[in-house]
Amino acid sequence: MTSVLAVLEQRDGALRKVSHEMLAAARQIADAAGGSVDALLLADGPVQGADDLGAFGADRVLTATHPGFRLYNPDGYAATVASLAPRYGVVIMAGTAAGRDLAPRVAARLGVGCATEVTALAMEGGALVATRPVYAGKVLQRVRLTGTPALASLRTNTFPATPGAGRAGAPEAVGVPAFEQRVTVRAIKKPTAAMLDVTEAAVVISGGRGLKEPANFKLLEELAAAFGNAAVGASRAVVDAGWRAHGEQVGQTGKTVSPALYIAVGISGAVQHLAGMRTAKTIVAINRDKDAPIFKVADYGVVGDLFEILPALTAAVAKVRSES
Amino acid sequence: MKIAVCLKRVPDTTAKIVIAADRKSIVEPGVKFVPNPYDEFALEAALQLKEKAGAGETVVYSVGTDVAQETLRVALAMGIDRAVLLQATVGADGLEVARVLADELAAGGFDLILFGKMAVDDYNHQVGTMVAELMGLPCITAVAQMTLTDGRIEAEREIEGGVEVSECRLPAVLTCDKGLNEPRLPSLKGIMAAKKKPLELKPVTLGPGTLEVEALELPAERLPGKIVGEGAGAVPMLIQLLRTEAKVL
Repeated sequence: MTSVLAVLEQRDGALRKVSHEMLAAARQIADAAGGSVDALLLADGPVQGADDLGAFGADRVLTATHPGFRLYNPDGYAATVASLAPRYGVVIMAGTAAGRDLAPRVAARLGVGCATEVTALAMEGGALVATRPVYAGKVLQRVRLTGTPALASLRTNTFPATPGAGRAGAPEAVGVPAFEQRVTVRAIKKPTAAMLDVTEAAVVISGGRGLKEPANFKLLEELAAAFGNAAVGASRAVVDAGWRAHGEQVGQTGKTVSPALYIAVGISGAVQHLAGMRTAKTIVAINRDKDAPIFKVADYGVVGDLFEILPALTAAVAKVRSES
Repeated sequence: MKIAVCLKRVPDTTAKIVIAADRKSIVEPGVKFVPNPYDEFALEAALQLKEKAGAGETVVYSVGTDVAQETLRVALAMGIDRAVLLQATVGADGLEVARVLADELAAGGFDLILFGKMAVDDYNHQVGTMVAELMGLPCITAVAQMTLTDGRIEAEREIEGGVEVSECRLPAVLTCDKGLNEPRLPSLKGIMAAKKKPLELKPVTLGPGTLEVEALELPAERLPGKIVGEGAGAVPMLIQLLRTEAKVL
């Protein structure tokens, strides 16, 4: 029997969407192994949404509360997770900024390896087998985790949340062990335009050189606003040219995204860009050049002048959204 | 200021990757190998910090087979003072790589140990952080901005929807992200000088680790798509397909 610990994420006392994705993956593994799922929340007080976690797959909700957990606390989180982890067969973390920082800390403290950026999990012959894209998604690596516990961090937007019957009771408090504070997170500076991150948005609309100048990204932002759940991304060419922040870059030296819908606007589709978005469920390409490589991976292509197509698309999406 | 940079040799990001007959590795002949792009930010940061301090030493380390010497020479050509290759065949478990690096670096007396935030071959995002943990050092990951004042580092890193500001004291480990700097290209003079700089070879033994590669596989090909139409006139059809076929609207 393998029990699973899912290390959830919250910010400002509210659960982050990725938490439900982790619970879905944890539930899948626990069901395959005949075990149970414990969800761990690290925070400086009550977390909004903690009472509903049973409905997303948790059998038990554990809360580690510490005044130093108002923001992400690398050393405190690592100490807490490492203290609880030996009771479990599998520990699941998130492939977020915090999770990417945390997972190797926990692994080093426990002396076991960690499979990061995982896109599929399975129990095979009593061991966890993780599938993870390598070489920019050109190849999938299947790795067997032979350590105890097996540690995996999951790529965001990959495991759909699966609401189901409630199982968990009220959250139970767990202790935070003494830890040495080596790194202190002081603050989160919000970006001026408070938009969704490309790795977490359901819809990503990316622009490239075809936009001709930075100001024209306004057309993408208007389309994103029409969708309501969209983030704006960018090709490496326009990020290197300084048109957009590198946090928006999609591709091999940027971010890997798996949204339900990816719209590539004025992007030719260089190999390194395709590496970052080929796992999107549906891809739309808008490009003037009918021979652009982006059309080879796009489910739906529209050939033509983006300055003519985008306003029409924005108006049409806004109309659909207002009717639904 | 004594600074170590840990470097990995990886296939060029544009290289075509072919899975080898063992189904667990890739075919290397014919593939161009380069320094991991994120490690170049670490190399540049080390060079700038030493230049600013006006004194000190920069040392580049890699764990790998003898072919990694050419990658270390690129770092020396950029201006790093000397190189150490820890000779070993590297498996899938980043913790085993971290262990040999931590053992080697422990005796180095470094103020700062720099890594790229991830390697573009295995996407592990882990060895730098693990080295810090094994050495008991502070570590800030995916650093895109940093200032060093009186032995204290203030760093900024991108998180979902914002920028996280954190700080720690030296000695420390940082993993570097794009945005930190613009890595310099090796000059001709640098390339000539690099040939004479020390490159030490040290055999090491990696443990078996707890990650075993079962197989490498090619991802499923995307089904061929269709051109919906041309110009704004294609928008109604596109909307219809997104609603009824793709069901994403």
